[in-house]
Amino acid sequence: MLWVDKHRPKTLDQIIVHEEVAQNLKKLVTEQDCPHLLFYGPTGSGKKTLIMALLRQMFGPGAEKVKVENKTWKVDAGSRTIDLDLTTLSSTHHVELNPSDAGFQDRYIVQEIIKEMAKNRPIDTKGKKGYKVLVLNEVDKLSREAQHSLRRTMEKYSASCRLILCCNSSSKVTEAIRSRCLNVRIHAPTEEQIVKVLEFIGNKEGVQLPSGLAARIAEKSNRSLRRAILSFETCRVQQYPFTSNQAIPPMDWEEYVSEIASDIMKEQSPKRLFQVRGKLYELLINCIPPEIILKRLLFELLKKLDAELKHEVCHWAAYYEHRMRLGQKSIFHMEAFVAKFMSIYKAFLIATFG
Amino acid sequence: MAPMLQSSQPWVEKYRPKQVKDVAHQDEVVKVLSNTLETTNCPHMLFYGPPGTGKTTTALAIAHQLYGPELYKSRVLELNASDDRGINVVRTKIKDFAAVAVGSGHRQGGYPCPPYKIIILDEADSMTEDAQNALRRTMETYSKVTRFFFICNYISRIIEPLASRCAKFRFKPLSEEIMSSRILHICNEEGLNLDSEALSTLSSISQGDLRRAITYLQGAARLFGSNISSKDLISVSGVIPQEVVQALFAACKSGDFDLANKEVNNVIAEGYPVSQMLSQLFDVVVEADDISDEQKARICKRLGETDKCLVDGADEYLQLLEVASNTMRALCNMPQEFSFES
Repeated sequence: MLWVDKHRPKTLDQIIVHEEVAQNLKKLVTEQDCPHLLFYGPTGSGKKTLIMALLRQMFGPGAEKVKVENKTWKVDAGSRTIDLDLTTLSSTHHVELNPSDAGFQDRYIVQEIIKEMAKNRPIDTKGKKGYKVLVLNEVDKLSREAQHSLRRTMEKYSASCRLILCCNSSSKVTEAIRSRCLNVRIHAPTEEQIVKVLEFIGNKEGVQLPSGLAARIAEKSNRSLRRAILSFETCRVQQYPFTSNQAIPPMDWEEYVSEIASDIMKEQSPKRLFQVRGKLYELLINCIPPEIILKRLLFELLKKLDAELKHEVCHWAAYYEHRMRLGQKSIFHMEAFVAKFMSIYKAFLIATFG
Repeated sequence: MAPMLQSSQPWVEKYRPKQVKDVAHQDEVVKVLSNTLETTNCPHMLFYGPPGTGKTTTALAIAHQLYGPELYKSRVLELNASDDRGINVVRTKIKDFAAVAVGSGHRQGGYPCPPYKIIILDEADSMTEDAQNALRRTMETYSKVTRFFFICNYISRIIEPLASRCAKFRFKPLSEEIMSSRILHICNEEGLNLDSEALSTLSSISQGDLRRAITYLQGAARLFGSNISSKDLISVSGVIPQEVVQALFAACKSGDFDLANKEVNNVIAEGYPVSQMLSQLFDVVVEADDISDEQKARICKRLGETDKCLVDGADEYLQLLEVASNTMRALCNMPQEFSFES
């Protein structure tokens, strides 16, 4: 088992990083009066961990017995019926799903599931809650129609069903939904907090951790706890016992992007553009999301540039990323960005050095 | 059905006004509708206005008051965006419902029960144009036995022919006093202590949206117990603390790109929503005294464009960085045009 999963806190009391949030959530649940919740925050900040711990707090250990279900939903949409296959994770108390898997038909899924859950309402025996919980991941990827259709559904079935929504950026969730939920912001852990967690895991695993190493892992992790723990484990596998100046292996795709960046800086010509294109393809084939490549590329380029060029380059990065979102083929836009950068940089070189 | 504890209902539902006269702050609408209750005559209606001002509440309340619980099911058809409302539904479901004749008006159990049915189309602005067009004739043909209530946020998304067939009512954002009095009423019912500072914070962050105010209040009450300060309210509302906005603005003023980049990274890592950041940054820029009008215009233009990009789903980090860079160029009087663009 990976350390990330092994040391994931199971209850709200065990949570180290977002202690305050966890305590507040605990209070929320013990009051028996839980509103709809919207968790938002960057990746690797612990949203999912908190949600799982919260469910356990609500329903006891029963919430952890999840089974994967692959169900076909028959949705009656006016003149025709639509068959939708969707994988859900469910226990007796909650259902978890990724509505964005259903593509543009996500609207039907959300309505259908909520309506069905409302119908099969759990019976209220002593102390047991009379509602079920629906966990929706990646609500920010939900289509606008689906978000609209959530509005009234949320109100109508509020007595029998609570929604827990989880997303990276709440900008993409409509105002109407945000105003119906209790918003919980989960910030990325600070570097000190990451160090604390790494030390905690080191203790549990019986690993000697030199003080400098944890700090360096935290620094390299970009404030993502998941990544920090993963690279900690990688270090452990690579070389143990640790030395204080041990190299932390960077992600190989990041290495590759920085290679591309220095390629671009060295020569600005159609031939080089062609080579870079091959490398970008290589990254895309390995399933690195295009916007992440572009962001990393910008990061690498900014390190090497003069201040006056930085504004210009970051403008074009934002411009092409936006275009990429509107368009279909991401490679075109990434290549366009590289070409644009080459032309700007060449003009800059000519203007400066003649 | 399992018995539910009353307390597990959201307060928004619990305190939803049951009668038209309880709807706060919308005097004209309430007057017309109270009149309707007496004369049992009413036109087609179109309610529009920002979220949380009581549109759905009013429509539901009038329907309940007209028919009472017994006849409500057979006389009122409530459709919202959660239900499928393509052109097919308009052609079949709505038309079928509209066509059925109803018995003449007999008061039943103290309710007026006028001789027509009501179709409530909630969130009508998310209906397609085709579906709206299909409604036109239906509305007129069956106007004897059916009244339509349209509810929407943006009246511009309702096609003109439909809008002209209805009596239009604009629902105003709630003023601070009205909001405060409603909130205080709920606080009394729920046994909460709210000092005046917290009360005014709540009114200002909810911007006239009563539902939002109540949701925040319930969230804060559940998280922090019955004594709520204004800081607690800010933390549940998702409003960005003013220090963070000021830090970013100061970084832009300094003219140091790397510093601004660092601040942007920080904002993203802290998980603050960028759209919220933009609107708060906008407030800071507009209210600042030491910025010339031209600079303000430059900054605001970019803010608008960025907002559009965010709606299209562009990456938050890149867009905020772009805003920061543009703001910096405007504040430090760097040229608007890029010098190396060919």
